[in-house]
Amino acid sequence: MTDRFVTRGFVGRRSQPGGGDTRDRIPPGQYQTTDFPVLSAGPTPRTPLDRWSFRIEGLVREPVTWTWNELMALPNREWVVDISCVTKWTKLDMRWRGVSLDTLLENVELDDKAAFVIAYSDGGYTTNLPLGDVLNGQAFVAWEYDGKPLAPEHGGPARLVVPARYFWKSAKWVRGLRIQDRDQPGFWESLGYHNRGDQWLEERYSGD
Amino acid sequence: MANPIAWQLATVAAIRDETPTVRSFTLALPGWPGHRAGQHVDLRLTAEDGYSVERSYSIASEPERDGEVDISVERIADGEVSPFLHDVVVAGDRLEVRGPIGGYFVWEPSLGGPLLLVAGGSGVVPLMAMVRHRHRAGSHVPTRLLSSSRHEEEIIYRGELDDFAAANDGFEVIHTLTRSRPAGWTGYDRRIDDRMLAEVIEPLGITTRAYICGPTALVEVAANALVRLGLPSDRVRTERFGPTGT
Repeated sequence: MTDRFVTRGFVGRRSQPGGGDTRDRIPPGQYQTTDFPVLSAGPTPRTPLDRWSFRIEGLVREPVTWTWNELMALPNREWVVDISCVTKWTKLDMRWRGVSLDTLLENVELDDKAAFVIAYSDGGYTTNLPLGDVLNGQAFVAWEYDGKPLAPEHGGPARLVVPARYFWKSAKWVRGLRIQDRDQPGFWESLGYHNRGDQWLEERYSGD
Repeated sequence: MANPIAWQLATVAAIRDETPTVRSFTLALPGWPGHRAGQHVDLRLTAEDGYSVERSYSIASEPERDGEVDISVERIADGEVSPFLHDVVVAGDRLEVRGPIGGYFVWEPSLGGPLLLVAGGSGVVPLMAMVRHRHRAGSHVPTRLLSSSRHEEEIIYRGELDDFAAANDGFEVIHTLTRSRPAGWTGYDRRIDDRMLAEVIEPLGITTRAYICGPTALVEVAANALVRLGLPSDRVRTERFGPTGT
């Protein structure tokens, strides 16, 4: 690209925290952080665990609801994944514990027309994903981060995690999934952010 | 599909020091489509060999200004971008910018008030766009800005905020300092807490719209306190930066 703009005097730091060559794991336009920054649009909701539940509803033969203890009793595992936030930070090797969406969806019979998932959260947040983006080990509901219960500001007691998408798709304080036949933009997707949010394609904003 | 938000070449028209560590840059953008107070821009820096980085910066200026925006950048000593902006960029340089971005942390007079703005450090930047917009639009919405700084010399936009307050049109600024108390200081001198917020919001009441921007710890404390004081969650909008400290 000969017409690329060059910023006068800019060299850049280039070194990665923690050493090692991790640059091929950092999506375009992102920088590596070792912090765990917090971004939310409003106050952190707090639902006591004895009143907490997780539900799958919509285009399923029978909706299913788990209490906190029931969710904890489902087969779960550790997940070590890289996370990229649209605000430009990428954090490598984030260690979570949670249950795969595959496991959750085994408990419902999907309608033939099921094609999209709307994750919804305490506080009214929503985000949309095609079913194909959350199956086959691509998404999980997490309740532990780095060996400890997930902190409220990070989405605890439980959040969705979809590592292959910008982090706003990983709904904090998630309380359920609504299965739909048609797509429906969620909170940020309605406010100018990209509908899919693939960080490797740099799908940050609508139209990218 | 919507058109992408295009990268534009901005010319640095002016540079101004706000505090020893915060510097404002006026970016002339002939093709600027206009913005809403509270939105941000993305900035992209590219080296000779193609290495590039992007960062987001809140817009500090009001939408009424045509064809230019101000950003205010805090110099982060170990940062990659802010030291470059502070130490290398001079007036006349060109920078790649795109925006405006973000549609939730915004305020305009039609949303009404009363308005409580809570800032931690350089979190005041998008709130300043709202204050400037309120002033330029001739809005008299009752507005209080609670601004938390570490030291007195680190208060951003102090003179301009005092001028707005002196206009006596319903805008007030309240400062708190968290690391020092200069002789003669009459503002608060502690971190933002429940009692401080209760006092600051008292004249505005619980129908207030609140916008909070700052480091996570401050935003968490302030947002939780305002909800406890009776503000509905959907009237408390937050924007955060920085590590959690945990």
